[in-house]
Amino acid sequence: MNVIFTLAAGNADFPFVMSDYHLPILPAQADGTIDPATMDGCGPFKIDNLEFGVRADYTRHDGYWKPGLPYFDGIEQIVIFDDAARQNALISGEVDYIGTADLNTVHLLERAPGINVLSVTGTQHYGLPMDTRAAPFDDVNIRQALKFAINRQQLVDTILNGYGSLGNDHPIGPSQRFYNTELPQREYDPDQAQFYLREAGLESLDVDIHLADAAFAGAMDTGVLFAESAAAGGINLNVVREPNDGYWSNVWMQKPFAGTYWGGRPTADWMFATAYAEGVPWNETYWSHERFNEILLQARSELNEDLRRDMYFEMQEIVANEGGIIIPMFASYVGAYSDSLGHPDVVAGNWRNDGHRLGERWWFNA
Amino acid sequence: MSHIWKMIGQRLALGVLTLIIVSLLIFMATELLPGDFAQEILGQSATPETVAALREQLGLDQPMHIRYFGWLADVLRGDLGESLANGNAVSDLIGRRLGNTLALALYAAAIAVPLSLALGILAALFRNSFFDRFANASALTSISFPEFFVAYILIFLLAGAGGVFPSMANFRADPAFSEFLYRAFLPALTLTLVVTAHMMRMTRAAIINLLASPYIEMARLKGMAPMRIIVKHALPNALAPIINVIALNLAYLITGVVVVEVVFVYPGLGQLMVDSVAARDMPVVQGVALVFAGAYVLLNLTADVLATLSNPRLVHRR
Repeated sequence: MNVIFTLAAGNADFPFVMSDYHLPILPAQADGTIDPATMDGCGPFKIDNLEFGVRADYTRHDGYWKPGLPYFDGIEQIVIFDDAARQNALISGEVDYIGTADLNTVHLLERAPGINVLSVTGTQHYGLPMDTRAAPFDDVNIRQALKFAINRQQLVDTILNGYGSLGNDHPIGPSQRFYNTELPQREYDPDQAQFYLREAGLESLDVDIHLADAAFAGAMDTGVLFAESAAAGGINLNVVREPNDGYWSNVWMQKPFAGTYWGGRPTADWMFATAYAEGVPWNETYWSHERFNEILLQARSELNEDLRRDMYFEMQEIVANEGGIIIPMFASYVGAYSDSLGHPDVVAGNWRNDGHRLGERWWFNA
Repeated sequence: MSHIWKMIGQRLALGVLTLIIVSLLIFMATELLPGDFAQEILGQSATPETVAALREQLGLDQPMHIRYFGWLADVLRGDLGESLANGNAVSDLIGRRLGNTLALALYAAAIAVPLSLALGILAALFRNSFFDRFANASALTSISFPEFFVAYILIFLLAGAGGVFPSMANFRADPAFSEFLYRAFLPALTLTLVVTAHMMRMTRAAIINLLASPYIEMARLKGMAPMRIIVKHALPNALAPIINVIALNLAYLITGVVVVEVVFVYPGLGQLMVDSVAARDMPVVQGVALVFAGAYVLLNLTADVLATLSNPRLVHRR
């Protein structure tokens, strides 16, 4: 049996789009629609018990379409909000795997006997978007000055405790196919920041940045460190603490300078089309660049690998040098598991928990 | 006795009125919070169109008074509605969590109430002795620490590597009674340490207060044993304030333990309330608020009835 998709325009990355976890295969109802709340899917487990915000219990589905999988007889999934409680549960053997390790104490977890920390670099990145329509961010020199005024290495070392990599002000990560290897890594350079300020006709600059830890873990601390490093470049950055509650409604894309995080998208086209193309709802910098929009469309239906690489390299360069977002760091997904668990050599980096397929791919060591 | 029934009836009617006022206040308070359910649930991925569509689908685009009275009318018919976040009946969601919360509260109370009564009586009996000072000092110390600190100390001492008890109280649905007692022991002990001081010191103070009265003096002159004086003669007259403090602490055990729930991963009502406020899931917030307010109303009523019954002058009124 074949399923045929008819697309309105060419999309060379279409197979990647189909891997998105928002697209499950579900049984059709009598009228041809789908009940989104159904418990019948085509995954490797049956749901026995589901308590929202508390726990879910699964048992193995023997008729799974991938032969021999999954290895586990069942899974208990438990919600543990408290970082200390989560790590305690792993150390005391109550659970075998935790999806998120607290980066402030992960070095203590590494020392615990029988515990392995799992760090996967993927597409997740933290950013500080500026509204490119609003003064002073409508001047590309100001945006460049701010990009040179942030100390990326310091952020990766302290905010991420080393579990991440440097960002280069565009959303494509080093593990991705079309990552621009020729673009020089932007370094902290207060002199360059001052140079761009003078290009904009300014001696010093006063700006507010609106942050809350809801934007990403450590956003407030990032703001404070940024203010410190920016001062050397003649920029007085004032960090405004916003409430976590309602952050995405009232601050993000509402204030001209704020914080954001992206789980990232597996392909460059997908990421650019989601947040950088002109006029799309999540274009958080309200940015519009003629050349960028043009090659974004061209690259989407181009099948020649070399031509596509050139185009995506150029797009990354445009975003890094003219775009409205500072992307200082790519944050790894950091979890931990006990010695009793085994996993394949390659762990997926597109989402947490081995691309959310841990239950299918991992096993208990005999 | 009839006036007691009358009092219960009056207080229950007033209680219902209180609940309605509380629900109105909670409703208005959540309206004041920035953002609504549609924005919160869609989060970073909200676009104006999807927010508007979701609002319309859930009826959130209607004015506030229509939504409130619609909800109130449903509640008076016994229908708490459905959660906006997951479509489950609010009564189901609350029912399961309420069972857990009550179980933990009863567990803690079963340890804390006898313990604090006994300690209070002994402290009154041996007042100003080393024992009295020691019991007071340790009870005040444990109440002065924040709950999460007490919880972490207990985990450090009694759970973790080589520990006797589990650090996590989360269990599958319907655990065996013995498993529940085992898993929930640390949270119950934490709560015991937090509430004991209040009840113990009230017991001690109420009894000592009576020890200066002439009838106690008489009993002492008769040569009665001090323990007998306190248990037989002082305690019955000291019951009213003690019962009130116990009721207050029981209400706290039901409504105020979210921190302990989080640390021990215990699925109680407090966490449900916090989650629902963060998601602006109004039907659940309102439902939980009603349960919390109801717990206070009922426990205060019970305390007043018991206090009345413990006083013969009020029971046999002329």
